[in-house]
Amino acid sequence: MIFKTSGRLAALLCALALAHGTAALAQDGAPTQTETPPQASEAPGEAPGATASAAMPALSPIQSLLQANRDLIEAASRRTIQPAIDALATSGLPQAQSVLEKWQAREMWQRDSDGLFFYAEEVDRDTLRIFDFSTGEPLGDMPEDDFTQLKPNSGIRGLMGAALVSFQLNSDDPAVRGAALAGIERDGDASHLAPLRSVLDKDMDAANRARAERLERLLTVRFGESDAERVEAIGYFNGDLGVDARAALNPLVATTLRVGTTLPEGGNVARTLKVGSDALPRLEAYALLVDNDLAPPLLTVADNRAALEANIVDGQVGGIAVADLDSDETRARAYAALAAEGTVPLAATPDEIDTILDGFTFYETFAEPSALVTDAASDALTGIGTKVGFNQFLDLSLDGLSLASIYFLAAIGLAITFGVMGVINMAHGEFIMMGAYTGYVVQQIIPDYTLSLIVAIPAAFAVTFAAGVAMERLIIRWLYNRPLETLLSTFGVSIALQQLAKNIFGTQARPLTSPSWLDGSFQLNDVVGISYIRIAIFVLALIFLGIFLFIMKKTRLGLETRAVTQNPRMAASMGINPDRVNMLTFGLGSGIAGIAGVAIGLYAKVTSELGADYIVQSFMTVVVGGVGNIWGTLLGATMIGFLQKGIEWFNPANTLAAQTYMIIFIIIFIQFRPRGIIALKGRAAGD
Amino acid sequence: MQNTFFAKNPSILIFIGLLALFTLFVTVGSEATGMGFISTSFVKTLGKTLCLCLIALAMDLVWGYIGILSLGHFAFFGLGGYMIGMWLMYERTRDIVMGSLMNAALPPTPTEIRDAIGGQIFGVVGSNQFPAVWAFAHSLPLQLILVVLVPGLLALVFGWLAFRSRVTGVYLSILTQAMTLALSLYLYQNESGLRGNNGLSGLQNLPHLDAVPQSLISIWFFWASALALALGYLLCAWVVSGKFGSVIRGIRDDEQRVRFMGYSVEGYKLFVFVLTAVIAGIAGALYYPQAGIINPGEMAPIASIYLAVWVAIGGRGRLYGAVLGAAFVSLVSTWFTGGQVPSIPLGFYTVDWVDWWLVLLGLSFVLVTLFAPQGIGGLVDLIAGKLAPNRHGAPLGPDQGSLREEEAEK
Repeated sequence: MIFKTSGRLAALLCALALAHGTAALAQDGAPTQTETPPQASEAPGEAPGATASAAMPALSPIQSLLQANRDLIEAASRRTIQPAIDALATSGLPQAQSVLEKWQAREMWQRDSDGLFFYAEEVDRDTLRIFDFSTGEPLGDMPEDDFTQLKPNSGIRGLMGAALVSFQLNSDDPAVRGAALAGIERDGDASHLAPLRSVLDKDMDAANRARAERLERLLTVRFGESDAERVEAIGYFNGDLGVDARAALNPLVATTLRVGTTLPEGGNVARTLKVGSDALPRLEAYALLVDNDLAPPLLTVADNRAALEANIVDGQVGGIAVADLDSDETRARAYAALAAEGTVPLAATPDEIDTILDGFTFYETFAEPSALVTDAASDALTGIGTKVGFNQFLDLSLDGLSLASIYFLAAIGLAITFGVMGVINMAHGEFIMMGAYTGYVVQQIIPDYTLSLIVAIPAAFAVTFAAGVAMERLIIRWLYNRPLETLLSTFGVSIALQQLAKNIFGTQARPLTSPSWLDGSFQLNDVVGISYIRIAIFVLALIFLGIFLFIMKKTRLGLETRAVTQNPRMAASMGINPDRVNMLTFGLGSGIAGIAGVAIGLYAKVTSELGADYIVQSFMTVVVGGVGNIWGTLLGATMIGFLQKGIEWFNPANTLAAQTYMIIFIIIFIQFRPRGIIALKGRAAGD
Repeated sequence: MQNTFFAKNPSILIFIGLLALFTLFVTVGSEATGMGFISTSFVKTLGKTLCLCLIALAMDLVWGYIGILSLGHFAFFGLGGYMIGMWLMYERTRDIVMGSLMNAALPPTPTEIRDAIGGQIFGVVGSNQFPAVWAFAHSLPLQLILVVLVPGLLALVFGWLAFRSRVTGVYLSILTQAMTLALSLYLYQNESGLRGNNGLSGLQNLPHLDAVPQSLISIWFFWASALALALGYLLCAWVVSGKFGSVIRGIRDDEQRVRFMGYSVEGYKLFVFVLTAVIAGIAGALYYPQAGIINPGEMAPIASIYLAVWVAIGGRGRLYGAVLGAAFVSLVSTWFTGGQVPSIPLGFYTVDWVDWWLVLLGLSFVLVTLFAPQGIGGLVDLIAGKLAPNRHGAPLGPDQGSLREEEAEK
């Protein structure tokens, strides 16, 4: 529809311009045949100026079109320029787009001598490098004085922008279309609606079509002509999770608080407010009255003080001695006395507020005048809100799951050493740190991130395995009888290792960069998303669960470990060497801590305190889950992860509070299940 | 005379005597009251060390005597410090604020005074309102009561919850550590009303005493700390002597047996836990005015673990051991981290003790645990010729002292 109209207009104007006789459309071979109605061909005959142009070399089609619209272009104004832009837009000439772009960018110049249009670059202050529109080739440098720059104002540039959008939308190149759509998505306005609608009728690739349809609905919501049209468009977004949909709908239901003696007639009133309710406390309501000059300002303490100080006469204010003015009550009396004398303006006292407020009605109005639209929008937003809430819950669950897998990874080594062997290893956190630093060192040697990650994981395992075995041989095996002293001596190791790491690597954080295929995140929709690194950690946690179960249930080492755990002397008499088993088990637990360190280092900065940050949570995980059972650790990690995210959801700004409440919760939880979620029963529980 | 308290525990008199001599020596040496060869800052360090000795005493009571390895006693210490710090800060800010308000044309109203003090104290956390926890900050007696009451109540609630559900051993240690962590994280928030991570500062300036020089104040606090330590030592010694002491040692060595003999194990534990928390709170209330600043970082779990380290190095299970350990480790630590220890050039690398001190401490701690479970206190036995009889078995820690030789597993 639109195209037809503007096409006809353009043709008419072409004809008009020809009648004035500046261009020689016919001589140039009438480039706009498709659009030019028959009467255009009559024009040359009537054109008195045709002789002038005949002397010039044949003009290119685009130049002739520009010359045809020369008057309009020269005297461009927002109200009159549309026909010229339409003529360009509908000409079908390949250069039309570039003309519009250059014109919009104020790079189009007109030669004073013959009125021809070019685009130009400024070489220096006085010289222009001129380019031909039709070929795009430079015509040489010329003095600037011979040319006049065309300076369209912002209104005209807006019209050109809309025309350009329609150009780009009609482009055959999907990338160009996509760019045009992206431009509208960024900053759409009413002028984009028409080209968008027209382009919907045409063939387009599916992705761009979907985008264009959505955009058309969005713009209709905002700029649609009739209420019915807009309400229909709003209906399209029922239950839509897109941020753009909410961005289009929210302004429709935005309200402004107003005050008046009565409700206005015809305004789109959202609701009336009761003074003194939560939404409108008394003082706020009164402040609104003062802002609108409907009531005298309330006397603040500072104003009162200033007024009194300004009126001290002979050590008295309003007949009250200055020394007595040390309470609000006497000050109010002094002010009242001054006001009675007329030295200070009257001010409302708190008692008068209520009488003044009673005379007014407070209400909120929509900026949008149509009640139909606002009702539909708020309905749609309510629906969206429910759905968004549900999806946020999903997103939160994903976050919780990822946190749980991190805790699980950090705690799984502890579950082995503490849970299976009953040894408290306070240096566990430092093993995690060692793993992370191993990853960092490997990355310094092997620059390829993927390869270095593949090398770092076994390297970290080897390093921490060795460290664990060394610690078990040198310290822990002497202390199997004394769990509290194990705790303390491993703590000694922990502070020594931490300081050692500081001495070697410095106190600043070291980066452990993840390979590029782990960058970015998986977005289910605008609300639910999770980064690939977290997915990778989740997968890693699952793998370790599998490995642990396999080792414990299917291998000789697992069998021996379980035997030694249950009864070391009996196991020894069956030919198992408990020393060796303890050493290997401890090494295994430490090795897994090292791998966890690589994983944690990938998304957190590697510092010497990296492990210490996780140690308490890891112990909590094991304690809550129950000692001696991997499933317990899994449950414990899940519970703590979800709990922490859940608490964070109540107070998103404050992760510290979340941790505090979580620990308190755990302390209380231990009251009810002192041995954790999954407690060992019978003899294995020991005591 | 044979059966008096002191006759049975000669170490108490020796300890108090030594402490008195030490106090006298410092008094004579200080700048304010004596010849001035001990600097004011070192008097402060010594005074702080005495406070640390006091909390180490509490730790020894709770760990060495009843066998609860509490990793949370520094939380009580910090709480005590916060309670006294609130009064110090309020009162001193009030002095300053009143000074400026009195110069104004009008006398200030109570609300104005309160708002001005609030603005001064809470300006750093973007507020000027007094949170509810500051309700008693204007009164020294009330805050002094809180110094005892707040740590005591926290210990009571926590201990009741923990002991009631029979959480013991390593579990309990981790739980107390979690409690400390929770508390310090809570205090880190501005919403806690205690100035978040800024903590309370300027505590070394006593209100109304601007004319008194710091050198004198430091010696006052030194005396107070020495007195508190002496009284604390007497109290602890009295608690661990006699029947009560026997019962709590019994609980340490075998809780089940004591329970089966009909003692209320939980009651004893709770009493000792709360008592030591109160002692820790008092120690903190004396420590932080000398330190001048308190912030939640002081209450991090690691501080409480260090406390256990001191007691272990000093020798747990004997009161003077804890005091020795705390004094020794904290003074040596001050010496090393103060940069006064000469570096060791190794040719290819220079060992700078500021960096390597913690490594040394950690490793020596491991060595002490492994080879000298009696700690420094063991030296006293060596001198007194009181070595434990050779049992031919594995060396047992105090918590396994009741096991007979054949029960002692390697």
